[in-house]
Amino acid sequence: MKTDAEEPRRTLGLRPAFWGGREGSEASQKHSLNLRRLWKTTVLIMTVVSLAPLVVMTAVDYRVTQKSVESELVLRTSRIVSNTKRAVEFSLLERMAALDFIVQDNRFQMLTDCARLEAILDHLRLTFGGFVDLGVIDSTGRQLCYVGPYDLSGFDYSDQEWFRNVRDQGMHISDVFPGFRRVPHLVIAARHEIPGGGFYVLRTSLEAEFFNTLLSDLELSGNGDVFIVNSEGTLQTSSRMHGGVLDTIDLRVPEYSDSTRVFETPTRDGRAVLIGYAYIPETPFILMIVKQKAVLMEPWRDTRRKLIGFLALSLSAIMVVILAVTTYLVNEIHWADLRRVATLHQVEYTNKMISLGRLGAGVAHEINNPLAIINEKAGLIKDLFSYTDRYADDPKLLGIVDTILKSVKRCSEVTRRLLNFARDTDSETSPVDLAATVTEVLGFMGKEAEYRSIEVVVDIDKNLPKLETNCGRLQQILLNLINNAFAAVDDGGRIEISIRPSNADSITIQVEDNGCGMSEHELTRVFEPFYTTKRSRGGTGLGLSITYSLAQELGGSIDVESKPGEGTRFRVTLPLAWQRKKGTFDEGSAGR
Amino acid sequence: MKVLLVDDEEELVTALAERLSFRGIDADWSTSGNEALKLARAHTYDVAVLDIKMPNISGIDLKKRLEKMRPDMKYIFLTGHGSEEDFRAGSAEASQYLVKPLDIEVLIETMREVVEP
Repeated sequence: MKTDAEEPRRTLGLRPAFWGGREGSEASQKHSLNLRRLWKTTVLIMTVVSLAPLVVMTAVDYRVTQKSVESELVLRTSRIVSNTKRAVEFSLLERMAALDFIVQDNRFQMLTDCARLEAILDHLRLTFGGFVDLGVIDSTGRQLCYVGPYDLSGFDYSDQEWFRNVRDQGMHISDVFPGFRRVPHLVIAARHEIPGGGFYVLRTSLEAEFFNTLLSDLELSGNGDVFIVNSEGTLQTSSRMHGGVLDTIDLRVPEYSDSTRVFETPTRDGRAVLIGYAYIPETPFILMIVKQKAVLMEPWRDTRRKLIGFLALSLSAIMVVILAVTTYLVNEIHWADLRRVATLHQVEYTNKMISLGRLGAGVAHEINNPLAIINEKAGLIKDLFSYTDRYADDPKLLGIVDTILKSVKRCSEVTRRLLNFARDTDSETSPVDLAATVTEVLGFMGKEAEYRSIEVVVDIDKNLPKLETNCGRLQQILLNLINNAFAAVDDGGRIEISIRPSNADSITIQVEDNGCGMSEHELTRVFEPFYTTKRSRGGTGLGLSITYSLAQELGGSIDVESKPGEGTRFRVTLPLAWQRKKGTFDEGSAGR
Repeated sequence: MKVLLVDDEEELVTALAERLSFRGIDADWSTSGNEALKLARAHTYDVAVLDIKMPNISGIDLKKRLEKMRPDMKYIFLTGHGSEEDFRAGSAEASQYLVKPLDIEVLIETMREVVEP
């Protein structure tokens, strides 16, 4: 696996990386942001700010449109009712005017002449139609003359209500009633004064059919029904859905009003209907138009469906965008934060190393001077034995002196290593003796290899070109990799360190172990800061991430291969000549 | 070969001088810069072995003053401190630079190299 990206690997998936957090880890302690809350707050604010106006506007538009559609319906219904009312009223007036004309045209005596009356009825039938009969009744209620299908001459109407009505009020229009022939008809009667005192009544029957003719021509939307009822709710005309003539309608009779009115009401079966009505003046008739609300609102429902569909679509689109953008941004913050913490850590780590180096150097210096004296004194003792005869040649004493000298040598090796380490923590480049460096780093591991009987094989190409790089960084890289290898192998394992030229201007350092290895998942995260499988054993998860950036700083690269149970192989490729890039992070200056 | 040893640790220089004399090298020693200047004025030395860190006059300064007096003399620096500054100064100023504690054989070899390149 080769990691080219400088940043840690990102995992793809629905759950963003920041969501999980790293509870209790060092990283989370340094995070100043609660990213999950940030995400929630951002999503909430953005959702409210962008969705609320949209929803409100849609709701307002919805109501406004609905209102305007409804008022349009009311207006249209009201207009039709008014027009129809006028037509009905007019046709009644027309017939009454006709009767009036007859009265003006004929004196009372002429009207009591039945032949004359018959002629008039014929004329009326020819011109207006709908007239059934015609009768003249005197002031006592007796029918003086009658022309029509029945034999009603001499009939006494004095005790009938309509007669009293017409006598008192001058005019009467009756409800529709079946009459003798079972043909629905209505009666119009008018009182006329006889010059010189007294009055008579002209009475005529009209077939109710002429109402139907008037109304049947109307074209009504919304399964509309138009009909006329009287104040008892008895149908005066046939209706499409509310029964035939003289049936009682299944609706409440609307209250009196002298103007046209439209209202909405539910029917008995629960459907909403729009009812327009008008009382026809001076008659018992009420004109009613009933429309099905559901049918009327159908076009509106279509609009509404589109409106709501558009709203739903917009909401989902906005939500998707908000979620995606917020998740993306918060994730970016998460990674930036992680990088920041890692950098901080690296600076701390470097400072620690520098301090350690200085401390080591100080200790080494303090120890070196007395050590030098011990060295010279012991050397002198040995010389005294070797160069003079003053002291007996005592092999035991000589052995002791040799032991002292050997110990001094071992101590001085340690102090020398400490001093070297301190000297090399800056950014100077120098020619590096790779073999010596590897030996020195292995020296840091002390006797661990021996104790755990780990076989360490160092294989360095004899014909390596000269490497010029930063010794301190190289040491750290090797130290980290070798440290890792020691941690990975079991007792009795094997670690192989090999260094070979990889091409004309770079070398490859390979550290291979036959330890526990890593899974596919661990491999993808191995260079990620704070990723560790050794948390319980004090791992910080920074070793390899620092190694990674050290390799980068030296202008090289690092890659890793591993199989669980078989082992791991790290390979660092370094350029032979390290050109320090300007502007790169200078760890050496960080602590100074 | 005549050698001048300068180090503020008397125990070190005396032992070193004696050990060198066993090996046929004539070594004078002093524990301060002033004493060393006096010795150098009185005698001629092939090589001076100077400790870098000494009270009053440091090894580096001492070398500068000795150079004026004895331009032909060669120098070897000693230090117990492996600091970067010491290393730079030492490698720049002297032909050789050795870290204490010394291996006497290495010291002799180095002196030979310096005197007869």
